[in-house]
Amino acid sequence: MIELNQVSRSFTVGDQQVAALRGIDLSIAAGDYVSIMGPSGSGKSTLLNLIGLLDRPSSGTYKLDGGNVTALDDVQQARVRSEKIGFVFQSFHLVPRLTAAMNIELPMILAGVDPAERKERVAKLVENYGLKDRADHRPDQLSGGQRQRVAIARATSMNPAVLLADEPTGNLDQTTGKEVMALLEQLVERKVALVLVTHDPVLGGRAHRQIHMVDGEIVSENKATGVS
Amino acid sequence: MRLLDVAQFATGSLRGSPTRTLLMMLAMSIGVAAVVVLTALGEGARRYVVGQFSSLGTNLVIVLPGRTETAGVGPGIMSGQTPREITLDDAEALLRSPVIKRIAPLTIGSASISRGALNREVVVAGSSADMLGIRHMSMAVGEFLPAGDIHEGASVCVLGNQIARELFGNAAAVGQWVRIGDRRVRVIGILSSQGESMGMRTDELVIVPVATSHQLFNTSGLFRVLIEAKSRDVIEQVVRDAEEIMVARHSGEKDVTVITQDAVLQTFDRILTALTMAVGGIAAISLAVAGVLIMNVMLIAVAQRVKEIGLLKALGAPGKRIRNLFFAEAALLSAIGSVAGLALGYAGSFVIGRIYPMLPVSPPWWAVLAAVATALGAGILFSVWPARRAAKLDPVAALAGR
Repeated sequence: MIELNQVSRSFTVGDQQVAALRGIDLSIAAGDYVSIMGPSGSGKSTLLNLIGLLDRPSSGTYKLDGGNVTALDDVQQARVRSEKIGFVFQSFHLVPRLTAAMNIELPMILAGVDPAERKERVAKLVENYGLKDRADHRPDQLSGGQRQRVAIARATSMNPAVLLADEPTGNLDQTTGKEVMALLEQLVERKVALVLVTHDPVLGGRAHRQIHMVDGEIVSENKATGVS
Repeated sequence: MRLLDVAQFATGSLRGSPTRTLLMMLAMSIGVAAVVVLTALGEGARRYVVGQFSSLGTNLVIVLPGRTETAGVGPGIMSGQTPREITLDDAEALLRSPVIKRIAPLTIGSASISRGALNREVVVAGSSADMLGIRHMSMAVGEFLPAGDIHEGASVCVLGNQIARELFGNAAAVGQWVRIGDRRVRVIGILSSQGESMGMRTDELVIVPVATSHQLFNTSGLFRVLIEAKSRDVIEQVVRDAEEIMVARHSGEKDVTVITQDAVLQTFDRILTALTMAVGGIAAISLAVAGVLIMNVMLIAVAQRVKEIGLLKALGAPGKRIRNLFFAEAALLSAIGSVAGLALGYAGSFVIGRIYPMLPVSPPWWAVLAAVATALGAGILFSVWPARRAAKLDPVAALAGR
């Protein structure tokens, strides 16, 4: 489903070109559970942003569902993000003035989904993620675990094919972190491709495919036989 | 994204920072209110002047002796040194024109009026029965000058309201005799109080038949002939006819001046409308200032909400949509500010109207429309730059809060 072919990304810092990614080849299928690990500055977040179409490669091609998405313009890329990609961030990124339910509804509002259908889907997601009595609370009235559950509900509201999670447990304690991971891993069973960026080897070790990056290159890939 | 959702989202983000929103609305509404109040004042002044003119009479054309090159009253006319005077027969001849409805000759003189020991100087006007209708005067008690041959000088007079009070106090004046100059005349009516109308106080006027005034002052000419045209459309023809008739009667010499009230009125109207527009324009500058304020605050808002913008992009909003969201905010802000400003402006106009009751203060519709349009225009125009800046943010940097 996701196919990266010789993808590079370099930034201009001062008058120097700094390569964040060098010739990445990677393919991810539906239902894959991939973790990307590596020290900070190894390019793992840049890779995630590229897959999420938040960034464009300097060279190489990126095919999503067979179509070349590097050539798309801003509006078309936004549409692909809306329909196929979900994001979960380390710092949750909830809109502070909106309630939990409205935050979950936001991607559907942006996509222009019919209001009646929106309400129905939000109700279902609130139920599924155990947020029923928190739906009308604003983010600052929620705990870290609840916030991340709202963020995951929001990321899945448009039924994306790919879920990109950047250190999803980075701001959580161990217990709630485990709960959040369990929720993300449930999605894998529903054939969603989950790409997880982390520098925690224990967390990364849970994935079926574990990719290690150093200096913008993939240095190794381990395949585990099953979820531990 | 649905239009209703855009509006809701914009409302939400405006509510998210109430102080900022309120201050911007205040700036907007002060601008709109300034335009409304100032143009209302200008319009009030214009209507006041126009009203004063029409209280002189409608469809009025005035013939005065002497010729001036420009319209208006020259020094020669004021001193009465004219080559040939307008006679009563000249005035009557004007009625031959089919477009002239009625005429009233007018003489003006000064004489003393007395009743018993009471005595004062008054302006004595000589005229005819039609004067009442042409000049839109009305009677408080009794009757106006009798209709009939204007060459006949009956010994009657009509007193202005104040003169009647001064001479008779609360006693009935109608039917009583007074002395004007060396002639005894009977009071047949009292004018109702009208106040001042264009420099002529009818309250302090005494009106006698024109022939009586000719005898009184030993003259034969007229100060003015007031003509009422049959309708507003024929005023130009009335002027031509009046000039033709007068020229024919004055052996081919054009020695009268014919002025229309319309010409004077239109000049005043133009001057005061221009003045109103100028004042409104100056007030509109405050709207532009409010627009700059909106731009400034919007730029700050974009900087503060950079993470939210990044998130919206990640969730699938193209730059265009983010720009529209900011436009919607600016438009909403300007719209609510305009409505508040209109309310404020109308309230202010009402208060001014109460303080100066003689000014018909009411903002003209074009100024209200222009104020609202300028407010909306300024709001949206000045949000173009902030909105574009938001739309162009790099999503990765924005999500990181950079």
